Amino acid sequence: MTTTEAAPPKEPKHREQRRESFLSVFLHNLWSANTVVVTILSIVLAMIIGGILMIVSDADVLKMFGYFTARPSDALNASWTLVSTAYGDMLKGSIVDPAAMSAWFDGTGSWQAAFFPISETLTYAAPLVFTGLSVAIAFRGGLFNIGGQGQAVIGCICSAVAGFSLGLPIVLNLIVALLAGLIGGAIWGFIPGFLKARTGAHEVIITIMLNYTAGLFLTWLILQSGVHDPQRSDAISKAVPESAQLPSFGGSLRVHLGIVLAVLVTAGIAWMLNRSAFGFELRAVGANPNAARTAGISVTKTYTLLMVVAGALAGLGGATQVLGTAYTLTPAVAGNIGFDGLLVALLGRNRPWGTLFAAILFGALRAGGNRMQSYSGISLELVSVLQALIVIFIAAPALVKTIFHLRAARSARLGASMAKGW
Amino acid sequence: MTTATMEEFAEVVTQRRFWDRPRRLGAALVLLGIVAAVLFGSLAPSRTARFTISQNESGAAISINGEVGAILFGVITVAAGAALLAGAGRRWQTTLLGIGIVAFVLSFLCWQVAGKFMPLVDTASGTLQVALPLILGALAGVIGERSGVVNVAIEGQFLFGAFFAAMIATMATSVWAGLISAAIGGVIIAGMLAVLAIRFLVDQVVVGIVLNLFATGVTGFLYERLMQTEQQKYNTPPQLPTWRVPGLADIPVIGPVLFNTTVLTWLALGLVVIVHFGLSRTKWGLRTRAVGEHPTAADTVGIRVRGLRYLNVLIGGAIAGAGGAYFTLVATASFQKNMTSGAGFIALAALIFGRWTPFGALGAALFFGFAQKLATYLSAVGSPVPSQFLNMLPYIATIVAVAGLVGRVRAPAADGVPYVKS
Repeated sequence: MTTTEAAPPKEPKHREQRRESFLSVFLHNLWSANTVVVTILSIVLAMIIGGILMIVSDADVLKMFGYFTARPSDALNASWTLVSTAYGDMLKGSIVDPAAMSAWFDGTGSWQAAFFPISETLTYAAPLVFTGLSVAIAFRGGLFNIGGQGQAVIGCICSAVAGFSLGLPIVLNLIVALLAGLIGGAIWGFIPGFLKARTGAHEVIITIMLNYTAGLFLTWLILQSGVHDPQRSDAISKAVPESAQLPSFGGSLRVHLGIVLAVLVTAGIAWMLNRSAFGFELRAVGANPNAARTAGISVTKTYTLLMVVAGALAGLGGATQVLGTAYTLTPAVAGNIGFDGLLVALLGRNRPWGTLFAAILFGALRAGGNRMQSYSGISLELVSVLQALIVIFIAAPALVKTIFHLRAARSARLGASMAKGW
Repeated sequence: MTTATMEEFAEVVTQRRFWDRPRRLGAALVLLGIVAAVLFGSLAPSRTARFTISQNESGAAISINGEVGAILFGVITVAAGAALLAGAGRRWQTTLLGIGIVAFVLSFLCWQVAGKFMPLVDTASGTLQVALPLILGALAGVIGERSGVVNVAIEGQFLFGAFFAAMIATMATSVWAGLISAAIGGVIIAGMLAVLAIRFLVDQVVVGIVLNLFATGVTGFLYERLMQTEQQKYNTPPQLPTWRVPGLADIPVIGPVLFNTTVLTWLALGLVVIVHFGLSRTKWGLRTRAVGEHPTAADTVGIRVRGLRYLNVLIGGAIAGAGGAYFTLVATASFQKNMTSGAGFIALAALIFGRWTPFGALGAALFFGFAQKLATYLSAVGSPVPSQFLNMLPYIATIVAVAGLVGRVRAPAADGVPYVKS
């Protein structure tokens, strides 16, 4: 897929006429299909569909719809209560819980409780930033890295094994474990990159297959002696010692150094994409590989290197997961961070800072989903539905545009992404 | 870009004419054969390996000394490889390759089964049963992709099919209603895929992946909301009856496998033949292939490109949905969260490994089914070979096939490229 990076729209006509007032530009853009509006409307649409799912799957509310014509207020009120409580819990679990906040001001509660929601959000966001960046830069170079999951799994394995087996002193152990994850991911990314460059094998197929290979390798490795925790009978590895764990900020809060690392890496990737020679080359290859080749850029080298970098980022995501929150290897240690990274990159429109914010949004959905599950009894799975729906709408801006009758955007940035096929 | 790298690849091949495809295959076979004869032969205990034809251990069986068998079949593999290396006639290529691979597998089996017994009927019927959803899923992919729409959402279609089959079959207490609604479930996902990919031109791989996550989320959400709370009411589907064809079912090995089974087996095998015949001999097939290879040319002669693509994707959805019914109406009697666990992606691998043809897909699906069945058998008899590595086989085989290490596979030319009428 090539994200058509639009040339700045030329509007000489507008320049020659009068400069439009800020207000009119604002009003015009308010209802046109530009990035911000489409993103917001996508989220709104997804939440509406999520709300419908909640109502449809609630037997009590459905019963009230049975006599909807007789007393519509019953059904509507019940639906509203159900949906608004659920989404309210989501907000309280992800950004701020007013009760805890006021308790902190009163002096009855601790500041940890007040910042707990934000902490959870950032904890879930940290690995997603890395896997999201991994997918995003591959996209920019014209490659579709579905292998984030596999690369993250290998990253988890390498950093965990390095963490609990090397026995290095504090700080050094953490750095070595992070590097191990990074290198492991890089190797797992090198395979599809190299095969793509040498034989033209499609990276989507190769990375899908490598995801499952990595997952199976993980389930095998956990049970091997030296890795498996001898005190446990289930599939779980030894824990990473404290010297290799990413330190957390405040007492009981889970948020750890990983999110700082994520911001730094985002800045680094942004610099690399926009300012470095390699970034230029990969964008050139992504825009048009034939033209890039003609211009003297080695497409083969760029593809391989690009996948190595993408793999390294996803591996770092796995490392953050295992060193920051999980501490042990289990078959599901990497969760779904690779595939979520794909959604995050699409939502962030393959830009580094966009990916960072998208990851934080996904982290917020996840953290809020936890509270929603325990308080309103709405399954956490709703969060995956919401995430998938948001990205479906983001990926099909034309759909959102049709639904809301938006004006065509002035900039052509949202041009539908054209597929490349196998 | 893909074309360019492929040209480069072709050049390399023409320069080194000696190492053409049969020779590389031959070299690979010779290596495999040496591994088999030396490694398997030396590891195999010199005890009898029994492959029982009847259901119980004491019945009729084919027996061979494990050590002798491992070495013998290893030597056969070497011989087949050597014949290919020596440049045996083109006509014998496939046969020799087949003999080589089968002999390698037999050598491996002789090592593993030595001193034990392996029930052939159980293995064969297990292979076919495991392969059933793969066959149907891969066929769905064949139909869609031959007309130019990449279908990565097979997994999602399986899940929806399995979910709808379980729910509707339970509610209607009719297994046939379940089977039909499974197909409808598949069509829902396929419809979303078709609209987003064909009408809104979203990258088909992206849509496919996102739809998989969507299907996982929705079925998981509804499972937790409905099925978990009221298992009796929603999640106790009746099972497809096993039908025995009198007479034919008494044929040894083949009889119980093919003629004492559920209707889904016949559906899958029948569809392979029908789709093969349809694609190669009918108007619909010719048009499908035209649209998949060169949509512009097809449009010029008056074929409705988008209409045909919609049709094919929806038919594919129905077939994959029926494949999903296998999980809840045949394999286990209830729906579980994410119960397909990657089968959709193995079906995708089978489709690619089978070179986008129905019979190829059938062969690949059976091969993958055999690998999985063997993995369960080996872990049951306590083999030193970890089952995870056998389960990796489909994925690694696909990587090897796609990377062109032993003969290349090529997708239909317009696969995944949306058609925009100009």
